Amino acid sequence: MTNPSQPTTAHVRPNYMLIWLYLFVMTIAEVLLAFELPVSQNLKLILLLILAIWKAMLVALFFMHLKFERWRLRLIFIVPLPLAVILVTTVIMEKVF
Amino acid sequence: MQTTTMTDAMRPPVPAEPGAGVYSNKLGMWVFLASDVMFFTALIGSYIVLRFGMGSSWARPAAVLNVPLTGLNTFLLICSSVSMVKAYAAIADGKKYFLRKVPGKTLQDGGLKFWLLITIICGAGFVGVQVFEYIKLVGHGFTPSGYREGSLLAEHALADPVKYGAGVAGMYGSTFFTMTGFHGFHVTCGVISMLYLYFTKVLPEKYSPQDYRGIEVIGLYWHFVDLVWIILFTIVYLI
Repeated sequence: MTNPSQPTTAHVRPNYMLIWLYLFVMTIAEVLLAFELPVSQNLKLILLLILAIWKAMLVALFFMHLKFERWRLRLIFIVPLPLAVILVTTVIMEKVF
Repeated sequence: MQTTTMTDAMRPPVPAEPGAGVYSNKLGMWVFLASDVMFFTALIGSYIVLRFGMGSSWARPAAVLNVPLTGLNTFLLICSSVSMVKAYAAIADGKKYFLRKVPGKTLQDGGLKFWLLITIICGAGFVGVQVFEYIKLVGHGFTPSGYREGSLLAEHALADPVKYGAGVAGMYGSTFFTMTGFHGFHVTCGVISMLYLYFTKVLPEKYSPQDYRGIEVIGLYWHFVDLVWIILFTIVYLI
C-alpha cells in the first residue's frame, strides 16, 4: 500500500533549519535595504522585490515540498501565476491609457 | 461483549486520485490555494495600481506604520512555518510524543505534539501582535477611511502632507486594512483549524507515519499564509 501522505516523489528531506536561517537573514537584509542603505529608490524597489520572491520561492519549494512533487501537481499552483501577472498588467494598462 | 478498536494498522487505504496522483484532500487544498493566489493577486494588484498611480503623493510607510514591530511579527510567522514543517517531519518519522530525552544530547527531541503547539502559539502571537498594531494605529488616527480629524496623524499630515500622503490617506487606509485584514483572517482560520486538529487528532494520537494527511494539508495552508505575508510585508511596509 502506498502511503497517501508521502510526497509523490522520493527525496532526501531538506535542511529546514538552514532554510529558516536563509529566510531570517533575508528578512533582516530587506529591512536594512529599505531603511538604512543609501541606494536609489528604483534599485531598492527591484532588490526588495527580488528578495521577496526569493523568500516566497524558498517557502513554496522546500516547506510546501513543491520541489519534490510531480509536475501535474506543480502545475495547479503554477498556472495561476501568469494569470495573476496578466490581471495586474491589464489593470495597470487601463490606468495608464 | 468484546469490542475492538480500529488501530492505525487496520485503517483502510486511501486511494489516490488518478489524475494528479495524490489523495483528494491534498489535491483539494492545492486547488483552493490556487484560487487564493488569484484572490490575493486582486488585492495586491489593486494596491500596486493605486499606489504607483499616485506617484510620490502616497504616504511613506515608516511614517505611519510600526515597521520594527511588524518585522518582528514577520519573523514570528517564519518561525511558525519552520515549526509546522518540523511537525510534519516528526509525524512522518513516527514521533507522536511531546518531548523525549535523547541519550548524549542536552536538548530533548521534539515530536508532533511539541512542534504543532509551537506553531499554534506563534500563529496566535502573530494575530495578537496584529490586533495590537491595529489598536495603536487607530489610536493614532489611522483608520480605513484615512486620518481621523483632530488625531495625532492628522496633525502630522497637516504639517508634512507629502511624507504622510495627506491627499490619499483614505485610499491608503482602505487598502492597508483590507490587505492585512484579509491576511489576518487567513491566519486566524489557520490557528483555529490547528487547534481543532490538536485536540481531536494530535493529542489522542490518531495520526501515524502511515496516515497523517491532516498535518500535511493544514501545513500546506499554513506555509501559503506565510508566503503571502512575505510578499505583503515587502509591498506594504518596506516599499
